[in-house]
Amino acid sequence: MSTHAATHDDAHHDDAPKGFVHRWLFATNHKDIGTMYLVFALVMFFVGGSMAMVIRAELFEPGLQLVQPYFFNELTTLHGLVMIFGAIMPALVGLANWQIPLMIGAPDMALPRMNNLSFWLLPFAFLLMLSTLFLPGGAVAGGWVMYPPLVLQSGESLAFTIFAIHLMGISSIMGSINIIATILNLRAPGVDLLKMPLFVWSWLITAFLLIAIMPVLAGAVTMLLTDKYFGTNFFNAAGGGDVLLYEHIFWFFGHPEVYVMILPAFGVISEVIPTFARKPLFGYKPMVYAIASIAFLSFIVWAHHMFTVGLPVGAQLFFMYATMLIAVPTGVKVFNWVATMWKGSITFETPMLFAVSFVILFTIGGFSGLMLGLVPADYQYHNSYFVVAHFHYVLVTGAAFGIMTGVYYWLPKWTGHMYSEKLGKWHFWLSVISVNVLFFPQHFLGLAGMPRRIPDYNVAFADWNMVSSIGGFVFGATQLLFVANIIYTVYFAKARAPARVWEGARGLEWELPSPPPHHSYSTPPEIRPGMLAHEDAH
Amino acid sequence: MSQQAGSYYVPHGSRWPIVAAVGLFIFMWGAAHWLDGITPEGPLLLAAGAAILVFMFFGWFGEVARESLKGLYSAQVDLSFRMGMMWFIFSEVMFFGAFFGALFYSRGLQVPWLAGEGHGALTNLYLFRDYTGGWPTNGPDAIGGPFQIVPPWGEPLVNTLILLSSSVTITIAHHALRDGNRRRMLPWLVATPILGMLFVFLQAREYMDAYTHLNLTLHSGIYGATFFILTGFHGLHVTLGSIMLWVIAYRAWRGHFSKDHHFAFEAVAWYWHFVDIVWLCLFLFVYIM
Repeated sequence: MSTHAATHDDAHHDDAPKGFVHRWLFATNHKDIGTMYLVFALVMFFVGGSMAMVIRAELFEPGLQLVQPYFFNELTTLHGLVMIFGAIMPALVGLANWQIPLMIGAPDMALPRMNNLSFWLLPFAFLLMLSTLFLPGGAVAGGWVMYPPLVLQSGESLAFTIFAIHLMGISSIMGSINIIATILNLRAPGVDLLKMPLFVWSWLITAFLLIAIMPVLAGAVTMLLTDKYFGTNFFNAAGGGDVLLYEHIFWFFGHPEVYVMILPAFGVISEVIPTFARKPLFGYKPMVYAIASIAFLSFIVWAHHMFTVGLPVGAQLFFMYATMLIAVPTGVKVFNWVATMWKGSITFETPMLFAVSFVILFTIGGFSGLMLGLVPADYQYHNSYFVVAHFHYVLVTGAAFGIMTGVYYWLPKWTGHMYSEKLGKWHFWLSVISVNVLFFPQHFLGLAGMPRRIPDYNVAFADWNMVSSIGGFVFGATQLLFVANIIYTVYFAKARAPARVWEGARGLEWELPSPPPHHSYSTPPEIRPGMLAHEDAH
Repeated sequence: MSQQAGSYYVPHGSRWPIVAAVGLFIFMWGAAHWLDGITPEGPLLLAAGAAILVFMFFGWFGEVARESLKGLYSAQVDLSFRMGMMWFIFSEVMFFGAFFGALFYSRGLQVPWLAGEGHGALTNLYLFRDYTGGWPTNGPDAIGGPFQIVPPWGEPLVNTLILLSSSVTITIAHHALRDGNRRRMLPWLVATPILGMLFVFLQAREYMDAYTHLNLTLHSGIYGATFFILTGFHGLHVTLGSIMLWVIAYRAWRGHFSKDHHFAFEAVAWYWHFVDIVWLCLFLFVYIM
């Protein structure tokens, strides 16, 4: 152990601390905290997913069958909040916690105790938020965006939800500070910024986005709180305020937020495709610059979520053109992934299958995003199921598939055991078929005029809704295979994973044994030629 | 036990983060119960959460201070702390940015639109025909009744001078610390939170004056909302900064800081300068303009 044991103020902490409380509640180890993030995200994925199942069941046929309209609205609201803040973001932070120290040759995260607090705020935040389901008057039902004045008519749940969002924000900010400090301060000598793996780059930029936007969200919801409980008039036109003020502040957060959820997934895909194509990533530096450009542009496009609210024409044009610009760096990324695969000796293990489907399906989501970004087209699509289809393509087949890619890719490294390739392939094929059955018809529904966030609809929409619901049920059930595979890998798999789990994998994490020791490095590892994936990047 | 040169430092596990998480949860749980008036225990829970948080701050920071005194923290750890504080202050800048953004949007766009400018013509015609806008304003319905604003060249100017001089005093104290001159450092260091508390006191008096004589309240339309929320959050930060400065002064008096090892001092000084700069923006954009 001595070569891998980090220096401690007391020497007997070389191995994982014994006992549940010490190991998990007092955790400071990036691997343990990463595991907790990932498990929490998986639980929340199923909490939010079961809400989606009820939504799809209600929408299976026209008419009201299962739930009351108000409860339906609570479900759409909480489904959004739970999936974004409870599933996608914690899962990505979990990947960051596990991988960043391994990939840059660091002993742990830079601020391990704060890391613990970042995680443990989340279960409490969701306890606070989900407890509102049991309050008289129910949970917040005005949509996850919480637009006033509608959301101000919520009952007792609003204060709980806002405080929960505050807690999630504190958690995200601290997590991001930690990630930035780790990447900038704890890289092993020789791991220069432009030699870092793209996953690390994507998180460096994502963390910056998070620190810039989460306080703005906190400000927006604080104004909701004071408007409801303390008699301010931020969003009341009679007092000189404006409901659109909320939308502007919210989407100043909200648009970079969607990149927060997709950029780390980009990073994962940029790790996986070169490994299974057995070729270095095509255009490493342009990939870095593309992420940075997307992040910059994400701050100046927010009003494309508000084209129909009555903005001045000049503002609509500006936000439309700025939105179109994002397609350029995103196109660079898609092109480079494809070029990486071009003439590679590709094998299709589960992570690669997910990665390839990510590239295709995320691009579909990107294209429908371009359609929505065009002002005249958006006037038609706004608030329709087309929007729902668009963001589920980028968030489910984009962010969530990216996360699953990463989990399959690194799970053997984390556990020291191979997952079941057979189960993984079943999971992939069932997922990728059902997810398209689930979301693709929603494009048609939206173009035909079905509004989002309604429990009942015109019979004209009946067929595609039924198809979509069937896809939804299959997709939901399929995710149990994912859980089964993880449980199998952690507890039952016999096959040991070698240090370099994948033949074509390059990077520091593959130099360590699988599973890596509790403290990966006690001294900065010596970087030898061939250890880094991008050492002669150009 | 100090660490070997060239090796990484990883702190041992700690119970304080989970105490902090529980404390914050109880605090906010209580706050929500209080606001909604669900149970009479709301304020009690809030107070209990706050007590846990205070206990946690003593415990966590005390542990870090002891570890620092033991010489456990390498230059690398020190840099991590510095980065953490800098990015925390950046997040605070963005938090205030949201409220300044609300102020600029209100003044520059929404109030003129309500008054019929640009594409707001119809809104004005149909809903608020007599509204002429301008700033300060409490909106077309004059919510909160007629009010006067706090004149900038009285107490706010005095407060500006107080905060500016507190930035000078902390800088003098910092220079004294770097020269290793403890006797010169302590009085200047103690003067800083005293000035900070004086600021908060004057600000509180200004609020009382606004409520009793100027009829400027939180309900005074968009002006009252932006005025009190911006200055209120700033005042809260001055209060927290003053508490931090007292802690630093106590630690300096105990001799915790050396010439080249005083991150805590510098972090609080950065924070104080940040609070100062926010005030200058407030003085300019809220009071003068």
